[in-house]
Amino acid sequence: MNRGEGYQLPLRLALLGFLTVVVQIAAISQVTVFGVSADISPLVVASVGLLAGSLPGAVFGFAVGLFVDVALVQTLGVTSLLFIAIGYWSGRLRELRDPAHGLVPLAVGAVATGFSTVGFALMQFLLGVRAPVSWLLLRQVVVTILIGSLLALPIYALVRRIVRGSLPQDPRRRRRRAYTTGGLSPLQRPSAGR
Amino acid sequence: MYDKQVRRRRAVLALLVVVSLILLTAYFGESAGSPLHSVQRGVVAVLSPVQEGASRALKPVRDFFGWFGDTARAKKERDQLRKQRDQLLQEVAGYKVAMQNYQQLAGILGVDDSGGLRGYDQHTARVIGRSLDNLVSDRLQLDAGSGDGVRVGDPVIGDGGLVGHVSFVGSDYSFVTLVTDPSSAVSVRVLDAAGDFGLMKSSVGNPLDLLVQLLPRDASIQQGDIVVTAGSRSSALESLYPPNIPVGRVTKADPVELDADQQVHVSPLADLRHLVFAQILIGRGGSGQQRAQVGGPAVAAGGP
Repeated sequence: MNRGEGYQLPLRLALLGFLTVVVQIAAISQVTVFGVSADISPLVVASVGLLAGSLPGAVFGFAVGLFVDVALVQTLGVTSLLFIAIGYWSGRLRELRDPAHGLVPLAVGAVATGFSTVGFALMQFLLGVRAPVSWLLLRQVVVTILIGSLLALPIYALVRRIVRGSLPQDPRRRRRRAYTTGGLSPLQRPSAGR
Repeated sequence: MYDKQVRRRRAVLALLVVVSLILLTAYFGESAGSPLHSVQRGVVAVLSPVQEGASRALKPVRDFFGWFGDTARAKKERDQLRKQRDQLLQEVAGYKVAMQNYQQLAGILGVDDSGGLRGYDQHTARVIGRSLDNLVSDRLQLDAGSGDGVRVGDPVIGDGGLVGHVSFVGSDYSFVTLVTDPSSAVSVRVLDAAGDFGLMKSSVGNPLDLLVQLLPRDASIQQGDIVVTAGSRSSALESLYPPNIPVGRVTKADPVELDADQQVHVSPLADLRHLVFAQILIGRGGSGQQRAQVGGPAVAAGGP
């Protein structure tokens, strides 16, 4: 890997995080479906965790959460804490299970959206804001999770497209290696003398 | 090697969590003029033009997705408005007569009616941002700030009704806490036969269902009655809002609930979820100082 490639992933993630928060606040939050608006930021964080691993996922979650808190003039650290957990556990899922099913991003997106919505309400409650506990809240949480699930797959595909070329274990790199080593790793290459 | 990776991963995770907790604790305990708040204001000031540009650029996309919901809502509203129009036409005739009588009597008694919006300049601003979760924090961001004369506490109206009040001001942007925010409370008057006064708050778990509380148990409030701001001008407890701004319409006035809880349900007149522009009422001849922030614990903690 040359020197420039090492910076590609952080640069792409920084741009992705910035655009996510700006688009979320300036456009998506202002469109309501069944009384709730979609929130793509936990979906993007979960997608980064699934694609890049637990450590980049957690760092990305922290940065995006902090940016959200700053941009919305909220109590700093609340969204960061939630997004660290989402990014980290999405990454751990990839590292421990390496799920290959095409619908995994959908399930992870649903869990991430639910965790973010319920977690934010809980954190606000702990910070002293009146707790809106009601059936309507439950309905809104369910609708938010459904919308998040619907958006999870396209968001995952978009994030994969953006970070694809800079991931450490990118399939294209594996293909490149296969081309140069004849499909085997250097350790497995048969020696000429045998 | 593997142990080293695991240790590194856990160390970074712990570091991120600790930094978040430190930020949360420090921010929560700080006053509004403290370093973290200043940094936050600075970053938002830098971001504000970017957000405004993005908001304008993405408006067609927003409109496209909003079109589906708007069409269904518009049909329902059209039918309701037709009924209201017929009813209002009858009422207007009666009001015109009453107004003529009032003007004659006011002239005789020398009544000062310089309330309402006469003491304010109206500054129109564009909505450039909105809070992510309207259940625990219902706010929006406008593209006008202290440079335009906006101050904390200034009332905001739009789409035919009260929207909220300015709770945070930067140089070229401001945050508005909506009447549907859990921390918001507005002293209001229901335009029923007796003109009952009450305190309006958002319903827990359903921000668009406002509750007018502390009403008399025997109030004769009917569904459809209009609710306006009461606008107390007592020097001890000044209301943020001028009097007689339309706020909402009574959607449910159950005598049992009125007797037990002294409350009725109100729907806001302004379409708070689809506002594109809002008007900030900037007081004329003020002292130049910002009013004290009002609201719930989030405000006390330094948030808008």
